Amino acid sequence: MNSQATVERAARSRRQVDTAPSTLAQKLVARAAGREHVAQGEIVTCQVDLAMFHDSSGPRRLGPMLTDLGATLWDKNKVVLVIDHHVPELDDESRRIVRDARDWAKSLALPHVYDSIGISHVVVPQHGHIRPGMFCVGSGSHAATGGAFGAYVFGVGATEMLGVVSTGKIWLKVPHTIFMRWSGRLTVGVSAKDMALEMLGRFGLNGAQYGAIEYCGEAVQALGMSERMTLCNMSSELGAQTGLIAPDLTTHTWLAATGKQRIEVDRWASDEDAAGTFHHFDASTLAPQVALPGSPANVRPVDDLEPTRIDVAYIGACTGAKIGDLRAAAQVLAGFQVASHVKLLIAPASECDRWLAERDGIMRRLIEAGATILPSACGACAGHGQAIPEGSTVVSSTASNFKGRLGSTHTRVFLASPYTVAASALRGVICDARDVLA
Amino acid sequence: MRVWKLPDDVDTDQLAPASSLKFEIEVMARHCLESVRPGCAGKVERGDVIVAGENFGVGSSREEAAAVLVYLGVAGVIAPSFAGLYYRNAFNVGLLLLTCPQASLIEDGEAIEFDARAARVTRINVSAPHDQLMCQPIPEFLLDMVDAGGLVPQLRTRLAQH
Repeated sequence: MNSQATVERAARSRRQVDTAPSTLAQKLVARAAGREHVAQGEIVTCQVDLAMFHDSSGPRRLGPMLTDLGATLWDKNKVVLVIDHHVPELDDESRRIVRDARDWAKSLALPHVYDSIGISHVVVPQHGHIRPGMFCVGSGSHAATGGAFGAYVFGVGATEMLGVVSTGKIWLKVPHTIFMRWSGRLTVGVSAKDMALEMLGRFGLNGAQYGAIEYCGEAVQALGMSERMTLCNMSSELGAQTGLIAPDLTTHTWLAATGKQRIEVDRWASDEDAAGTFHHFDASTLAPQVALPGSPANVRPVDDLEPTRIDVAYIGACTGAKIGDLRAAAQVLAGFQVASHVKLLIAPASECDRWLAERDGIMRRLIEAGATILPSACGACAGHGQAIPEGSTVVSSTASNFKGRLGSTHTRVFLASPYTVAASALRGVICDARDVLA
Repeated sequence: MRVWKLPDDVDTDQLAPASSLKFEIEVMARHCLESVRPGCAGKVERGDVIVAGENFGVGSSREEAAAVLVYLGVAGVIAPSFAGLYYRNAFNVGLLLLTCPQASLIEDGEAIEFDARAARVTRINVSAPHDQLMCQPIPEFLLDMVDAGGLVPQLRTRLAQH
């Protein structure tokens, strides 16, 4: 990597609060806190614009706690429920969890419920709920996916969500911003997932120390929304509270397609002289990266790996099965057959992604190559790893490979981009997709 | 207070394995830490303390990873750093976390005491002045939250006042 050392830029001292330069994260928090300006490190109370929760940590935990407290939802129009974890229902426990979620939504006449049509972090923006300037919380560490739209979105646990849905407010320590500036352009067979893994390899699991990451630079601006979402999605692996990308024409065009008009984009950008930590990367020299089993930060360039025979290739989750990911996989797989000993499993992130992939002939190419298509749900990445045999070696486009994450603790999980996963499925060993695409 | 020492990067799958999440907390607690320190969950006694390495609680947003420790009776976790989301969840469910840069000095099985408001850990069997380890001060409202037993009891009080 042609990368430079970290540059710490000190904040210029300014007397006038209203002229103090701010990062995008500061501006988003200031708006939610009803302030002109907030300083990094101060603790503020923010008004929440949107609270998203899913069946696993949502109703089953929130419902009884709300009843117990005698509290009600602060604003049900600002609440979104997505049933994505325990679907399709496989046993009595999951049937009960999903039934409770549906009953609860019905009893409260929740206006925004997305039942078994995909993964929350993808479905919520696809339905236009997340727009530039908003301040949102979600259940699940990957909620920061929504930061790709220039909104402040972060994950919270069930109890904290209870506080939000009963009061509409949440406390926040105004984060430090870490600017990840990517110059140049990604080359063929290299994707946003490789950028995320490269940063993880360099900074580790707590590299961001619960700050806000802002991804910027030419290479980031060149990414479509699907890949921008991948980048922001893995901010939690880097230990960030949120990951942001300043909205632009790409954001505007994507949101317009969801029916959201008059999106304000110009206002939501960091001031040039705002204080933060700056890291520089060159996208044009980035090679495909792989995280070895045990930790998403256990990263090597794919070409440095020992020959690794795989049993399963998995393309799934909010991280790795959106339309851009499916397109990447299809580009590698088109016209080929996966190796005879490899099981290629693909769980599109949402019905919308699946529909787009069908429309563009991508699904057909994936199936013809030998892929088994699984339901659009969190699936194996939420521990429902029945499709993945115990003790197998898996290369996966998901975000996390902690022991036990894909079900069994005896499964070895390598993380990689959809290109790398698809190429590895063809060759039966983890390999560089550029060799297949060449 | 007996110390249970754990390594760096203890993650939420080690604390509350994904496969146990659909069950109630008793079941989750049985599997707590089984992949990093087998048998530990069965031996922890009320009032014991976990002393861990860097970045404790990394991984998912599941607060069960903090709630299981409360369920097991753990009085607090002392570590040089915590994953940010885990930090929020812990206080919300009533688990005290002390950020102590010198936590690695404490040994497994050692007896310690701590004073959260003074942000200080005392090593019982170490002579002064090396027995005192300073921690980062915790904001008052978070200490109040832990004292109340978490956010839920605190919200109950607040809602009752309205």
